[in-house]
Amino acid sequence: MSASTLAGLVGAALVGLGLYGLIVNPQPLRKILAFNLIGSGAFLVFGIVARRGAAAGFPFDPVPQAMVITGIVVAFAASALAVALILRLREETGNVSLDSDAPAKPPGDGAGAS
Amino acid sequence: MSILQVLDLGLAILVLAVAGWTIAARELFASVVGYVAYGLLLSIVWIRLYAPDVALTEAAIGSGVTGVLLVTTGARLRGAGGVEANRPPGISLRFLAPGLAVLVAAALAAVVLLLPEPPTTLAPEAREGLAATGLGNPVTAVLIAYRSFDTMLEKVVLVLAVVGVWSLAPDRFWGGAPAPLGRARPEGALLFLDQALVPLGILVGIHLFWVGADEPGGAFQAGAILAAMWMIVMISRLTEPPRVGARWLRLALIAGPAVFLAVGLAGPGMAGGFFAYPAGFAKPIILFIEAFMVLSIAVTLPMLVAGPPRRSPEP
Repeated sequence: MSASTLAGLVGAALVGLGLYGLIVNPQPLRKILAFNLIGSGAFLVFGIVARRGAAAGFPFDPVPQAMVITGIVVAFAASALAVALILRLREETGNVSLDSDAPAKPPGDGAGAS
Repeated sequence: MSILQVLDLGLAILVLAVAGWTIAARELFASVVGYVAYGLLLSIVWIRLYAPDVALTEAAIGSGVTGVLLVTTGARLRGAGGVEANRPPGISLRFLAPGLAVLVAAALAAVVLLLPEPPTTLAPEAREGLAATGLGNPVTAVLIAYRSFDTMLEKVVLVLAVVGVWSLAPDRFWGGAPAPLGRARPEGALLFLDQALVPLGILVGIHLFWVGADEPGGAFQAGAILAAMWMIVMISRLTEPPRVGARWLRLALIAGPAVFLAVGLAGPGMAGGFFAYPAGFAKPIILFIEAFMVLSIAVTLPMLVAGPPRRSPEP
């Protein structure tokens, strides 16, 4: 099996792992982490498409690679926005779990607030 | 099996194991640390895919800056309800979630194994146009020349993300500065890092921008490294996040997309097409655009990490 096929399979497995974490974990920050795992898995699958497109003296197809670079930056921007929403949620409710049964704390108890 | 194949297999297992750890770890902090390590391992995989530009971006942004964001947020969330609550999922989730995950992963794996032969590629087209741009790095050429409109819009997305983050501020803090990134008293190790790493990092960032035209590197990677240097200085509290109302900050944030768009709009006059560069003069123009993009990225990423304003603007 070539290195690129192996990387593609790793990408597929990462998407699966991330999807599992996204569904199962009720903590929003962990959901963001899991979502980033899905993203990087998808990027890897894209990466092997770039590697397979080696032609014209390039060991890769530059177009998918450039799109992955753009994708990584946009994924970060989306994560930052999601994080800001979580911090705001905590400020409003004192609770950041999306699990409706999780014990709530009164807002503004001061600990760790910034 | 050659040594390289054994290394590849080991790397694949390591990446999956660390990714599994970030999902399974009980503590948030452990999970975040796992994610940073995962990003660095992934950039080695990118090297193996002959994608040094992507590897640099993944290491700098996917692992580095995202790691800072998550660690900072983890610290800010300490004490909030529900952060560490890790109840086992209900019975239906326990079977459905893994089932769905395995199904999706298997479908993707099948796609990977059944990719069409011969592979489709745009590499010959990229090679053909490369001489006209005067660049040596095809990835930079795709980003700033062939698909320049995409890249410009992506800069706009970054600005929109900053607007989104800032707009989550309570009214009374509008125009003020975000919360500081670090603790009150700078620690010796951090100060040493400032002195040893930051000057070097700024040089590396500018170097990556300059060589990005011909070698792996470019505006994204350079901007991310400069952003990291600014964040290190902010974490050690040698400087504070600026007020979000500051004019220089606003200008720096939009400089990249604005210059990019202005050059694009000048295209019909200069070279007869939207986002067209005049023949023989493309490389200086591309470097000019990239210089402003580096500035905007270096300012945008730390402002996204710093979050919405948390202090009243000075009267």
